[in-house]
Amino acid sequence: MSQTMAAPVTRQTAAGGDPAVRLDHVTKAFGTRKVLDDLSLDVAPGCGFVILGRSGTGKSVLLRHIIGLVRPDSGRVFVGGSEVSALAGPELSKVRQSIGFLFQNAALFDSISVGENVAFPMRRHTRLGDAEIRERAQQKLAAVGLDREYTKMPAALSGGMRKRAGLARAMALDPAVLLVDEPSAGLDPITSDEIDSLLFELKGQGGTTIIVVTHNIPSARRLGDELVMLHEGRILAQGTAAELDRSDNEMVQAFMQSQHSG
Amino acid sequence: MLERAGRLVVSLLAAAGDVSIFGFRAIRELFTPPYELRETVRQLFELGLRSAPLIAVSGMAVGVVLSMHTRASLERFGAESMIPAGLAIALVRETGPLTCGLLLSGRIGAGIGAELGAMRVTEQIDALEASAVDAFRYLVVTRVAACIIALPILTTIMNFAGMIGGFLAETTTTGMPLPLYFNRAFSIVDLTDYVPATVKTMVFGFIIATISSYLGFTTESGTEGVGRASTRAVVFSSIGIIVANVVLVRLIFFIFPKAAGG
Repeated sequence: MSQTMAAPVTRQTAAGGDPAVRLDHVTKAFGTRKVLDDLSLDVAPGCGFVILGRSGTGKSVLLRHIIGLVRPDSGRVFVGGSEVSALAGPELSKVRQSIGFLFQNAALFDSISVGENVAFPMRRHTRLGDAEIRERAQQKLAAVGLDREYTKMPAALSGGMRKRAGLARAMALDPAVLLVDEPSAGLDPITSDEIDSLLFELKGQGGTTIIVVTHNIPSARRLGDELVMLHEGRILAQGTAAELDRSDNEMVQAFMQSQHSG
Repeated sequence: MLERAGRLVVSLLAAAGDVSIFGFRAIRELFTPPYELRETVRQLFELGLRSAPLIAVSGMAVGVVLSMHTRASLERFGAESMIPAGLAIALVRETGPLTCGLLLSGRIGAGIGAELGAMRVTEQIDALEASAVDAFRYLVVTRVAACIIALPILTTIMNFAGMIGGFLAETTTTGMPLPLYFNRAFSIVDLTDYVPATVKTMVFGFIIATISSYLGFTTESGTEGVGRASTRAVVFSSIGIIVANVVLVRLIFFIFPKAAGG
């Protein structure tokens, strides 16, 4: 099932149904540098999908395409059947409400408390009362072990705590798709494992499609039902971790082996 | 050399064009629902109310100095009784609005440039968009609205503080009582002096908020870029105010000939 190739890959979902996310011949360039090059892929609903690759290969740009923060120069991006790349205004807003995004540096709003960060999406997009929103935000924070930090400001949190708070905010509206950009970046191995465990737990609960960009191979093995490796804006290899381990491509082998120990 | 100058002019014109498009979009969205009332009120507090002490203290100091200069000039002609009126006219027509605008381009302009710049480089603006919130409407339109509302109010505070400062200087020198001072001050000042000059500051508010927001919103190059955005926000807002003032004064003289002494 492993695919090692220079050409774009399009996979059907295992169940043959509509994919949670689909990229259809997406090309994106910044200036003269092509970051995504005619890239196609499908992500099955409920799956853990891991994107690997060296720095600057377009992994984060790919995530930003999925939530509509970046638009492709050509090609189309679908989330749950809606063409994100063609939407704007309220229609785009509606699709975004079904997607959670954990940024590399958490990107918490530093002018409001940690709890209000988590409550923010609920205040914006639900008709819940203040008390209920606070209660739910508290529950989300408790799920990531930060139930006592509601009133703290983001600046008072450590890097790992900020990331956990960012995860709680990303999950505030119980999204169908969760995008995670380098969850281990800047964290010590223990904290990194904690974040992985939270994501793994979330994946175990089912219902949420998790797309993770990471350099951390142990983390990728744990979270990924399917892995893709990007190289120069294209898919170099795609399959399960075991399939990528057996890849005959030198770069894939080097990548998978060099970080076996984490 | 000529080529470099040409390139500089072209890049300045391009930037002016971008700021104009940014400003027109802000005006259009200012009158298009849904309105971000809660955030606008918060910005009014942050940008307006918190600037009041600076404006009041500066206004008083300006009033004292203006009074001393006016006395020095009018004493030569034995027209000391005209000091309160001369001070009032100078303050209300020009000194108050312009000084207030320039002071606020420093306080508010630097604040907006730095805040939005920091939000840009820490991905908080992307996080807002990812949370299905229109970042332009939430961050820019609210600040533009707050500045347009706050500037005339703060200018009125400056004018009043300036009059108090002038009175303190005058009463210290001549022992003039407060009722007589204000009676003389407002003997020749009427609404055609106050209204156009104060309404003019709404344009100053728009200029400060638009230029600063644009520079913050388009910040690049990390923390260095934030510092640059903040500095440029002050410089370009100040230049914008001074240039706009020339045009607006001409316009006021055209619409209200009485304001020109006609």
